[in-house]
Amino acid sequence: MARTITYREAINEALAQEMERDESVIIMGEDNAGGEGSPGEMDAWGGVLGVTKGLYHKFPGRVLDTPISESAFIGAAIGAATAGMRPVAELMFVDFMGVCFDQIYNQAAKFRYMFGGKAVTPVVIRTMYGAGLRAAAQHSQCLYPLFTHVPGLKVVLPATPYDAKGLMTQAIRDNDPVIFFEHKALYDLAGPVPEESYALPFGEANVVREGGDVTIVALGRMVHTSLEAAEQLAAAGVECEVVDLRTTSPLDEDTVLESVENTGRLVVVDEASPRCNIATDISAQVAQQAFGALKAAIEMVAPPHTPVPFSPTLEDLYIPSAAQIADAARKTMKGGKH
Amino acid sequence: MTDTVERKALTREQLLSAYRMMRAIREFEERVHAEFATGEIPGFVHLYAGEEASAVGVCSNLDGRDTIASTHRGHGHCIAKGVDVSEMMAEIYGRQTGSCHGKGGSMHIADLSKGMLGANGIVGGGPPLICGTALAAKLKGTGGVSVAFFGDGASNQGTTLESMNLASVWNLPAIFVAENNGYAETTSSTWSVASDNIADRAAGFGMPGVIVDGFDFFAVHEAASEAIARARAGGGPTLLEMKFTRYFGHFEGDQQTYRAGEVEHARAELDCLTRFAARVTETGELTRSDLDAADAEVAATIDRAVDEAKAAPLPTEADLLTDVYVRY
Repeated sequence: MARTITYREAINEALAQEMERDESVIIMGEDNAGGEGSPGEMDAWGGVLGVTKGLYHKFPGRVLDTPISESAFIGAAIGAATAGMRPVAELMFVDFMGVCFDQIYNQAAKFRYMFGGKAVTPVVIRTMYGAGLRAAAQHSQCLYPLFTHVPGLKVVLPATPYDAKGLMTQAIRDNDPVIFFEHKALYDLAGPVPEESYALPFGEANVVREGGDVTIVALGRMVHTSLEAAEQLAAAGVECEVVDLRTTSPLDEDTVLESVENTGRLVVVDEASPRCNIATDISAQVAQQAFGALKAAIEMVAPPHTPVPFSPTLEDLYIPSAAQIADAARKTMKGGKH
Repeated sequence: MTDTVERKALTREQLLSAYRMMRAIREFEERVHAEFATGEIPGFVHLYAGEEASAVGVCSNLDGRDTIASTHRGHGHCIAKGVDVSEMMAEIYGRQTGSCHGKGGSMHIADLSKGMLGANGIVGGGPPLICGTALAAKLKGTGGVSVAFFGDGASNQGTTLESMNLASVWNLPAIFVAENNGYAETTSSTWSVASDNIADRAAGFGMPGVIVDGFDFFAVHEAASEAIARARAGGGPTLLEMKFTRYFGHFEGDQQTYRAGEVEHARAELDCLTRFAARVTETGELTRSDLDAADAEVAATIDRAVDEAKAAPLPTEADLLTDVYVRY
């Protein structure tokens, strides 16, 4: 029987176990320990939300704090990866990608293919995403569609502590650049996680709830919101199948298509802005490959096409809700290819 | 610490205004600190207390032609550039009546009508923008200057370094104010900044670099006055480095275990308000009762701002989709 630990602890444990197993695994980022050069406590923070706490003392010399210079240290992590290390670099909030994106999408993403298969770049870039903390427009975005768009990157979005540990372990062992998205509203979520090390393969979606009426495809925090909607609908006799994509690149199309073949109805839920997001991508895949199975038009649930607002009143309206998902599912139940 | 700067005479009115502004920032921040602890203020809040002499010493040299860009620690810059404190407080509370109608919050307070281009959630986000506003002033011939306030953390960002180079190459009326409060989050600037001083970097970008006691209003005012006059006259950019410390954590809720006693020392020995008051009363330029009257006036203003913010309406669903050019 697995213990119960949080999403935050699960990531920390995966990092610790991989650092124990493989000396080439190093960590770098702003305040990943905290207190460098300061008169007080070292490892003061362990990352701004405490994910890497304790690793500094456990693995001397292998947790590197950095100046606020994302281009330099994200690039350095990528460079070190080409030279035999397995760095896990933290891009604190994904909103900061703008400061250093060249190193990610023109450098790391291109090496394997552009160099004719002669380079491996086993770097992991951990980053926080998502709304809900009243952190406003420059600290709340999702942005994973931008990374999913780039060939050569792997994009991972765990929804549970169990997945967070297994996917982080895989990310570190993987030989390609992995962007590991951690939803900041999930850090305190507790769940069963085995103590021993394990890796979950990329490109395998997880059917987190079975049902024959409507398929709900979701990712990250929206998996939980979708499960809530599925509970509400079950009370009204509608059985939803909830599919957690877990990785958007590679994408497990088969599990999605198989579910839609069974239910004939699809709702895709995405916390990212509504144009060119994962929901539109999944909708296109299903329309192209399973059109004949659809009994109703596909429904998409996403926030409005605006920056994330600060005021709690507005932010709560912005984030896709269980009620919106349930409404979308009911709409598919009415049928009709409108 | 004693004040060593020989200062230009400021009028009684200018002195009172500077004191009132610094006191307003201190009172605003102390009050937000207290109110945040009650749980009523949402999100991330980064307080400027301790650094008041920088914002006020610089901005008291600016006028309506001039633009500033700020940081995540932006309340002081906003107040010093004339943003309404009631609107600011309402913004921090997420109210419809806030500077940004509740859409921005503490980290994004802006008022372009006051030449305040915004607090900023991105470290190093401001300096490139300031090159642009300075370029506009230069091309239009307004005589305006632009000031980028940024922290010791941002002094290591490429955007900041590139902007200083560009400002020199284009000979822009731009001032770069590095507010070195000792820490980027928890990380000491003595560790993260490889040169002895941030101001030393100015030489690499072909501009003067000046180290300033950031706790001393008069030192800041003097250094900024000279740099701004040079920029207005077409003499190009300057880098000013303010040395001081912040009185609160990186953000509210920060336990600050990385620090060791320097705040107590600064409050007791270096505080900009205490030193300002001592100096102007010693010279007889202002009296203790002048200052007490200013304190009372400021306290009432901030009280009113908090009361109004708490009573102000929240945004409604209709506000979610305003200020966009397309709706999906």
